[in-house]
Amino acid sequence: MTAVASHTGNETASTIKPRWGASLWPRLRPAVLAVGFPIAMLAFWHFTTVGRPNSLIPPPHDVWMEMRDLAFGGVNDDAYSGTLWTHLFASMSRVYGGFALALLVALPLGMLIGRVPLVRQTLDPTLQILRPVPVTAWLPLAMIIFGLGPRSAFFLVFLGAFYPILVNTIFGVRSVEPRLFEAASMLGCTGTAQFFRVVLPASLPSVFTGLRLGLGFAWVVIVVGEMTGVQTGLGAIIMEARQLSRTEIVICGMIVIGVVGFLSDQLVMLIGRRLLKWSPSHG
Amino acid sequence: MADATVPILQMKNVGKTYSQQGRSIEALRGANLTVRKGEFICLIGASGCGKSTLLRMAAGFETATQGEALMWGMPIEGPGPSRGMVFQDYGLFPWLSVRDNIGFGPKARGRPTAEIRETAEKFIELVGLQRFADVYPHQLSGGMKQRVAIARVLANDADMVLMDEPFGALDAMTRERLQDELVQIWSRTGLTVLFVTHAIEEAIFLADRVVVMSPGPGRIDSEYIIDLPRPRDVVSPEFNEWRRILSSQLHSEHARKVA
Repeated sequence: MTAVASHTGNETASTIKPRWGASLWPRLRPAVLAVGFPIAMLAFWHFTTVGRPNSLIPPPHDVWMEMRDLAFGGVNDDAYSGTLWTHLFASMSRVYGGFALALLVALPLGMLIGRVPLVRQTLDPTLQILRPVPVTAWLPLAMIIFGLGPRSAFFLVFLGAFYPILVNTIFGVRSVEPRLFEAASMLGCTGTAQFFRVVLPASLPSVFTGLRLGLGFAWVVIVVGEMTGVQTGLGAIIMEARQLSRTEIVICGMIVIGVVGFLSDQLVMLIGRRLLKWSPSHG
Repeated sequence: MADATVPILQMKNVGKTYSQQGRSIEALRGANLTVRKGEFICLIGASGCGKSTLLRMAAGFETATQGEALMWGMPIEGPGPSRGMVFQDYGLFPWLSVRDNIGFGPKARGRPTAEIRETAEKFIELVGLQRFADVYPHQLSGGMKQRVAIARVLANDADMVLMDEPFGALDAMTRERLQDELVQIWSRTGLTVLFVTHAIEEAIFLADRVVVMSPGPGRIDSEYIIDLPRPRDVVSPEFNEWRRILSSQLHSEHARKVA
């Protein structure tokens, strides 16, 4: 890798008239491509909606103004002005709270199911049948059990994050190469020590994939979770704005969920890269 | 504990029968093998001759269904640090650096941190991986990985090193270099080595004693003491003579089985 980089570096330096554009383009290309597509989409959106009062979809500029109003107020001065942070905070606390609880339950449970046959035989069939049930289908039952309000939302987010973490943890602890157990035991590491010194680190890449998927799902189900009659949250304002035909607020909510979900995934990836730098597929 | 009269490893009439889907398969029958301290022994034979089974019994990964396997006169009950194993597929811990892989054994046995570090350092140097001490296994070549695997076993004070076709997956050049290095380490440390291979040349180059095994069911066929002086010259007439002897022995075994 370094050899290749220094080689091309020398080449540009030794060329008599270096065409800087040629060497700059490969570096800019990914950014241009990544930004180009949404800009094209934005342009399409703009030209198909602007200047049409009957359009049900507001043009980008209206959405932008609404976003400013939601965040800082001073544009519409209505019930929604400046409330974005309250809703964002409410959703984030549910997403991370539900995710943390899912982690706390799914991680040890997955390890037990993966390594202890008795636990696997007892719980695995039930969990496998419950797993395909979509979070949306749990909504009515959740509202009966946990009542209207944040507890149901919390439960649904928990459910969304739970299965990805559980399934990947089970997979991780079950797919440890048998050779590594042999290696550990011939080096004098046996019994429970093997769990901590072999199973845990060996399953980490898979567990990590589960965490990433789980957190992603937690963001995905937050809107459904906040259909349970809570007053605050990004999902709650999306549903409320929909009934008031304030589509620009709906789009703002979508954008915020997308951006925050993306940032939180990047954070997890960053942690993962540090923890898994030994793994060829992560580091 | 090292009573000179007690062999380090003794296999007394050991056999192994697996049952698989109701059928029983005899992998090894009536094998007798005695290994004394400091010996370098190669087990050689075609696939299915039970050489790996015999080795894995010595390691304690498998138990004999007949006969007994003894180490220092005591029955072998499961794997342990007195018998270090070097696998063909290395079996390194991918999440540990070279240094920590080598320090794994001492750490597992609860040695103090300073001693672990010192031991790791010593064996990193022995296998010449100083520049790679903090690198993870996936960044190493096959030859380097196998060096780590060897160092890991040596760092753990194993009385005996069991090697299961350790160089089989390496290219010819690397294989020769590692064979050389292994012989050097062995002669310097007074190690006892039980080495499984299917390469005749490798067996003659390395071993004090070559044990020829044959399949169907796996058993020990014959033993040869290789009395060539070391370092051995692979192109000398004497070396070639051994090659001819072992080759005809292995092929006659094969022919007998086919016929």
